[in-house]
Amino acid sequence: MPVFWTSVGDFLAMGGYGVYVWGAYGVTTLAVLAEVMALRGRARRSGPLTRRADEAHRS
Amino acid sequence: MSTLAAILRFELLLAWRRRSALATTLGFFVIVASLFPLALGADPKLLRLIGAGVVWVAALLATLLGLARLFAADHEDGTLEQLRLAPLPLPLAVMAKLAAHWLLTAVPLCLAAPILGLQYGLSQGAIGVLVAGLLLGTPVLCLVGAVGAALTLGLRASGVLVPVIVLPLEVPVLIMGAGAVEAQASGLGAGPWLSLLAALFIVFLVAAPSVIAFALRISSE
Amino acid sequence: MATSTAARSMLFRYASPATFYPLAGRLWPWFAAAAVVLALAGLAIGLLVAPTDATQGDAYRIIFIHVPAAWMSMFIYLVMAFYAVLTLGFNTRLSAMMMRSLAPTGAMFTFVALWTGALWGKPTWGTWWVWDARLTSELILFFLYLGFIALQSAIDDTRRADRAGALVALVGAVNVPIIYFSVKWWNTLHQGASVSLTRAPSMARDMLLGMLLMAIACWMYSIAVALVRVRALIVERERDAAWLREAGAAD
Repeated sequence: MPVFWTSVGDFLAMGGYGVYVWGAYGVTTLAVLAEVMALRGRARRSGPLTRRADEAHRS
Repeated sequence: MSTLAAILRFELLLAWRRRSALATTLGFFVIVASLFPLALGADPKLLRLIGAGVVWVAALLATLLGLARLFAADHEDGTLEQLRLAPLPLPLAVMAKLAAHWLLTAVPLCLAAPILGLQYGLSQGAIGVLVAGLLLGTPVLCLVGAVGAALTLGLRASGVLVPVIVLPLEVPVLIMGAGAVEAQASGLGAGPWLSLLAALFIVFLVAAPSVIAFALRISSE
Repeated sequence: MATSTAARSMLFRYASPATFYPLAGRLWPWFAAAAVVLALAGLAIGLLVAPTDATQGDAYRIIFIHVPAAWMSMFIYLVMAFYAVLTLGFNTRLSAMMMRSLAPTGAMFTFVALWTGALWGKPTWGTWWVWDARLTSELILFFLYLGFIALQSAIDDTRRADRAGALVALVGAVNVPIIYFSVKWWNTLHQGASVSLTRAPSMARDMLLGMLLMAIACWMYSIAVALVRVRALIVERERDAAWLREAGAAD
């Protein structure tokens, strides 16, 4: 499939709608990252227990 | 049936002893509704346009006031436990309690609403529709609010939680109630909106007491 | 008969947190990997390959996240209501934990749908927000998610939190259609705000493919995140259960 854009500048400008398009994708990325980071923090807090739980099933 | 009447009478008596609390609800309702002209300006055309909506929002908030504590006293002194064990089904007892609550808190709002309507320059017909809508809608507000009150029973944060849980669920009542007045004012007739509100009222009257009783069981197990 | 008993016993086996825990641990990396691959493919098609829309210009590229996010936000609430029925009907612990682990993801997708909807609406309709039935319902759905999360996190007793949350999720699910239709009828009264959201489905093949890939990626992401979160919940709640204590004694 051919790439539609002819230059990186065109791609970033999004036909004049760059602010809207990148604003939408940027905030979505932030929201997803925030959720993933929050989950990782939670897993780290219960780290020893998680390890214990994983080992309980390996044996 | 006599137990039901006894609960109703008892609740009315109890609430009457705390009548200053009832006056607070009414005062809140009137104050909130009076704030809007001060914030938005006193243009009569604007006020006539927003009047019904403002009165409805004020009523919605005012009914929330007493709700968070609706079952709290009964929960703390063990009355709720007694009601659960009583031969009378819990949903019926809940209904009697709510009927008393509605009579003492919401009916005064409905009676005060015409005065606020006049302040906003609503026509007589519009005021009639407003009061009819409030009479049909406030029981639904009480029933929905009671679900929230039952679920948050005994929680420290219940005062904040009840509005957060209950307000989104009360949106249809607000839309239908304010919509009825607006439809009347624009000459379309309030009939369909009031019918919808009546339908909502009947559905909630049938379904909500069991849901509230169930929520009370969850909270007091 | 025999198969149904076997299926049921298997279902009950995996309905136990202790057995579901390792299963979720084995499954979630696959879902996460699928989400990443599909999202990259969908974004490549949506942002790089698909041509500009004739009427909306490049602003339409927002729908590659907006539409899947809006779908997910509604679908996750339905799944939560389904788990709520299981929780109240069969008293299963795992269903309540699944319900709980889906809620933050649902709220996240609702927020994304609202945000991207505003950014799409501004260039396309000339306004950030319209009080139209779909947008208003989506906003109220966001409030419902917030109410659910607030109630669950305010109750310390896990059994009560599960059951109260389940009841709120169910009452909310029953209310969503009422809200949708009341806003819709209300809108016919206010004709000023009428914006036609239903446009001719003249999407190019690449656009459709991109959106489909993104939608499946959102599914995979939701499943992966819910599985990871349910694992954390299981560990936090079952710290005193036998299967976890014995493992600790073996250290």
